[in-house]
Amino acid sequence: MNNRYELNKNLAQMLKGGVIMDVTTPQQAEIAQEAGACAVMALERIPADIRAAGGVSRMSDPKMIKGIQNSVSIPVMAKVRIGHFAEAQILQAIQIDYIDESEVLSPADDVFHIDKTKFDVPFVCGAKDLGEALRRISEGASMIRTKGEPGTGDIVQAVRHMRLISQQIRCIASQREDELYNSAKELQVPYELVKYVHDNAKLPVVNFAAGGVATPADAALMMQLGAEGVFVGSGIFKSGNPAKRAQAIVKAVTNYNDPYIIAQLSEDLGPAMVGINEQEINLLMAERGK
Amino acid sequence: MIGVLALQGGFIEHIDMLKRLGADSFEIRKEQDIHNKKIDGIILPGGESTVIGKLLKEIGLFDGLKKLIDDGTPVFGTCAGLILLAKKIENDDNVWFNAMDICVKRNAYGRQLGSFNTIADFENIGKVPMTFIRAPYITKAGDNVRVLAKYKDKIIAAEQNNILVTAFHPELTDDLRVHEYFLKKCFK
Repeated sequence: MNNRYELNKNLAQMLKGGVIMDVTTPQQAEIAQEAGACAVMALERIPADIRAAGGVSRMSDPKMIKGIQNSVSIPVMAKVRIGHFAEAQILQAIQIDYIDESEVLSPADDVFHIDKTKFDVPFVCGAKDLGEALRRISEGASMIRTKGEPGTGDIVQAVRHMRLISQQIRCIASQREDELYNSAKELQVPYELVKYVHDNAKLPVVNFAAGGVATPADAALMMQLGAEGVFVGSGIFKSGNPAKRAQAIVKAVTNYNDPYIIAQLSEDLGPAMVGINEQEINLLMAERGK
Repeated sequence: MIGVLALQGGFIEHIDMLKRLGADSFEIRKEQDIHNKKIDGIILPGGESTVIGKLLKEIGLFDGLKKLIDDGTPVFGTCAGLILLAKKIENDDNVWFNAMDICVKRNAYGRQLGSFNTIADFENIGKVPMTFIRAPYITKAGDNVRVLAKYKDKIIAAEQNNILVTAFHPELTDDLRVHEYFLKKCFK
């Protein structure tokens, strides 16, 4: 009777219109929940610090993740390396609510992603374009997010990815049915998923924005571009006043179409995270896993 | 017109169900949305109750909606919506609308691995497909509460005067009958 994949897509539906925040300690998780996060992402180091530290970055210590699970009542997500199905098995064993197979960590496999259909817990994956999004969905992802460029505080890549995915969806939706076979070939994805996009003019799963969101205005921008919710990684706990900024971003996602409210929310937030422009970085995490 | 609270969570799914039943609806996002409007019913959708409850208060929607509910406007809460309407939450100190004589347990079936589908009897409707996502259930109900459905001895749907609640998400299935039941309360 249970259709795990449907149930996992359904959980993502209930997260819509919400903000998922990166946290590294139970205390940060409580701040995030108090500020109105609809879920938290438990990880040892936030992307900006992963970027600064360099080296191989891996799944977090399960004990640390359990500490966060015990401190909040909202869903708890955690990251595994691309292709590292053994890390994913560990997270399933500790009853994680969502696994992020993430380019923020060092990839464990440079060819294959995890076969997510073999798991009962849900997966969210990053995508830069429609082909990547549909490939991850055909592997069993029940939620998609833009890759953006994690840990930079620079929104340009998330914007690029969200616009591209939306453009490609509109393009597929406007095609004649006999053109879809060729689109499936060009996108390197199964025909059935292209047909779904054609018939419904949207992805078959929820799509969030991620990577570089640092201000309420960034969140509103991504929502107006079609995101159904927002992940904020380094943007909150790398800023001057995390609790206040977190609350402001939550309200900006709810009221993304109301510039008067966003204006009020943007006042007196203290310094945003410093940020790095995409031209200034050597490592493009978004290029990991295609 | 049915107002659907649209702060966070699965509100579009409810709007789609109402559309399929031919009922007009609008999104409630701020106080002006409910001001001086004829509202036949309110839907409080699923999502995270901590998020929706907090936003209700901070956006200044709470008092207006509470007045409508207390004055008898029909209201339908699913999952998080049920939690918002309860007078007591067993494992949480928050109380929101404080409107229905029920005690509820949040995340009563555990984490996402505990989410499930089932088919169970719903009073006056019959067998209904039900989707539970990190769902609550009702642990105690007052004498004036009518129990509409149970799953493994736990109350998962109930009614008290103008208030209807389900721990499951009828809006995530194709079955329109629970929404139809609510609309009958709104337009009788």
